[in-house]
Amino acid sequence: MALRGNLRDFTITQLLNLINLARKTGTLVVEGPSETAKVSFRDGKLAYAQMGNEDSSLASILHKANKLSVSQFKAIQLRGRSISDKELGLLLINAGYLSQEDILTNLQQYFTDIIQRLFTWVEGFFHFDNDLLPPEDRISVRLDLENLIIEGARQLREWEQLQDEIPSLDMALKFTDRPGTNLRNVNLSVEEWRVVSYINPRNTIRQIASATKMNDLEIRRIVYGLLQAGLIEICRPEGAPPPVSAVRVFPTDDKEEQKSLVNRLINRIRSL
Amino acid sequence: MQTVKMVVTGPFNAGKTEFIRSVSEIDVVSTERKISTTAEKTVKEATTVAMDFGRITVDDDLVLYLFGTPGQKRFDFMWEILSEGMLGFIVMVDSTRPETFREARSILETFRAYAPTPYVVAANKQDMKEAWEIDDMRHALRLDPKMKFLSCVATDRDSVKSVLLELLYSILSEMENEEK
Repeated sequence: MALRGNLRDFTITQLLNLINLARKTGTLVVEGPSETAKVSFRDGKLAYAQMGNEDSSLASILHKANKLSVSQFKAIQLRGRSISDKELGLLLINAGYLSQEDILTNLQQYFTDIIQRLFTWVEGFFHFDNDLLPPEDRISVRLDLENLIIEGARQLREWEQLQDEIPSLDMALKFTDRPGTNLRNVNLSVEEWRVVSYINPRNTIRQIASATKMNDLEIRRIVYGLLQAGLIEICRPEGAPPPVSAVRVFPTDDKEEQKSLVNRLINRIRSL
Repeated sequence: MQTVKMVVTGPFNAGKTEFIRSVSEIDVVSTERKISTTAEKTVKEATTVAMDFGRITVDDDLVLYLFGTPGQKRFDFMWEILSEGMLGFIVMVDSTRPETFREARSILETFRAYAPTPYVVAANKQDMKEAWEIDDMRHALRLDPKMKFLSCVATDRDSVKSVLLELLYSILSEMENEEK
């Protein structure tokens, strides 16, 4: 029977476990809420991964990892599609720019990052295509899944906890009104400072994540830390219209009648 | 006949059904089911799965409905439905079970996201020996000092009345602030 289903019923961790135990070869295609991930395996080991339309060429991966300078990256891009990843890899090794280990380590890190992002997906459909293998011109790796699965299970628990703490990314953040708290005296990481610089009741958490290029898990982690430290609190975004309810709160629109109604409620409760 | 509604929410076994039962003039229409999981069974035998429903008739023309939400997370799809058109809401927290504080905080945030209506937080079971002190709970729940955090015993009608009254005072005060 085809390996196909819904992430609600079968999590990414369970899928990787199955692929690992069954030593499967093929590509797992996961259609998430906003993009589609393709993760390829050979004999139950991670071989290749691609997220949505992200540029997953070797040049782009090495550039993002600061292994290629902007000018080197541009020069490679200018050569267009005439050079495959495998050819580029050989070129870089032969030219003495990078070692084979450098290239494989960066690819493994990139693919692992994609898997870690996948762990945060709880909605979506998946299917496993036995005949779909990584593109011929791309470099594959052979990465054991066990560590990824353990890390994934840990991350899933963390994700669930963070979702409990911060159920909606459409809320905004504001600094707590605590006299004597000086942010300059608090040790924050670079990422935390980047988030702090956007904290304003006008910005939703989702907008901050987008501005700081963080995924849902990363932004939730940082917001959670700042919340725990009592530095910030969650608030409704300024200027955002209140949710439109199909049901009216008061049976009347007249403000005076509404107040009268509340006063009648107060008197009634007092008399109980 | 005019009707208004308030919602009583909070984690599993926080005392929502008892709270409504204490002031409702009708027997609370409860949708309790026997608990299926062993962990939850150690706390109580039955729990609310859809909602509790209580009623207080104010006069010939006005009725207040009290809706209690299911506390178990797997029934949280009911929360948004129940929150529609609410005048305000009460978050019940079991003062004797600190392991539920985090969930209570999460429920509070969820309801705040549903509707910008006034609310109060009630520290239930304050009559019990193992109950946390209000000030400690306020810190643990990370409640703003300005937020109304009230001591409560859901089985005691006067205690429940005072929580409801505090919520109504908040509603009135917000209406007056809007006018300014």
